[in-house]
Amino acid sequence: MKHLLARLMLVATFALPAYGVDVDEVPLDDPAKEAEARELMKEVRCLVCQNQSIEDSDADLARDLRVLIRERMAAGDDTDAVKVYLVERYGDWVLLKPPVAGRTLILWGSPLLILLLVAAGILMRRRAAPPPPLSADEEARLKALLEAAEANGKEPRG
Amino acid sequence: MKGPWVFLPLAAFVALVVLMGAMLMGDRNPAEIDSVLVGRAAPALTLYALEPGGEPLTPADLKRGVPVIVNFFASWCVPCRAEHESLMALAGEHKVQIIGIAYKDKPAAARAFLEELGNPYDKVVLDESGRAGIEWGVSGVPETFVIDGEGMVRYRHWGPVVGDALETRVLPAVEAAR
Repeated sequence: MKHLLARLMLVATFALPAYGVDVDEVPLDDPAKEAEARELMKEVRCLVCQNQSIEDSDADLARDLRVLIRERMAAGDDTDAVKVYLVERYGDWVLLKPPVAGRTLILWGSPLLILLLVAAGILMRRRAAPPPPLSADEEARLKALLEAAEANGKEPRG
Repeated sequence: MKGPWVFLPLAAFVALVVLMGAMLMGDRNPAEIDSVLVGRAAPALTLYALEPGGEPLTPADLKRGVPVIVNFFASWCVPCRAEHESLMALAGEHKVQIIGIAYKDKPAAARAFLEELGNPYDKVVLDESGRAGIEWGVSGVPETFVIDGEGMVRYRHWGPVVGDALETRVLPAVEAAR
């Protein structure tokens, strides 16, 4: 049992780093740049799996794009320049957060639109006229009911 | 809520059903994203030939004065096998020049693939690193581009050219590029 545990711990120690960067992916020398590159990878769509970023995709193309991003950043590109490079080849679609532009106005505007519709609905309900006061006849019937209830020994319901 | 407004939720519902129905019925593939390359000059790349000592691909190859097709393929790609027949027809009876780019393929495997199925390509070059694919905005193989005589990308076919895609999509694009 002791040996098993020791072995498991040994395996865990050496296996865990595999969850980090792939073996053939060398992080950038400058930790600040590497952090920037990692942030960018979270924003770039994997074009094979589509709703994943290339940061957490195992696709071959995603790996190639990660290598490419590091290469360009090592060569002195900032993240914006790398984004422009990718958009020129794959279009806005390659960015998980597309820029606000004429084409993407519906995309960005729809949450606001829905919010406005809901607000308008609430306002319309608020403005609806309050119910008219009871007529003399209704008043009398209500009184009679309440008295009858009291006579039965029951508390009238609030 | 009074007056015509009571019908608003119903109208919204009907509109949604129509919209979703249209999207279901249409032959739109949600994985297919329009290529931004269409309407722009084809990437000017130089790539090595598949055959040792063969002619490389140069930017001049994409400005021949006649439409040229650029086809990304790989021996490991099953849909590429499926569309191969269409490419043979393009090169054969339709006499279109096709440039093949073996995407992330081993040269020996690509050669074996063409020996087995026949070679529809005017010129076959290698993109072992996949970098040419990125330059062309390729997200997977196969992808097929129609380039006009001036080197402008006129059409991009995403996925294999199978079924009636050759007649209804690729050939009209080639005709339009003439």
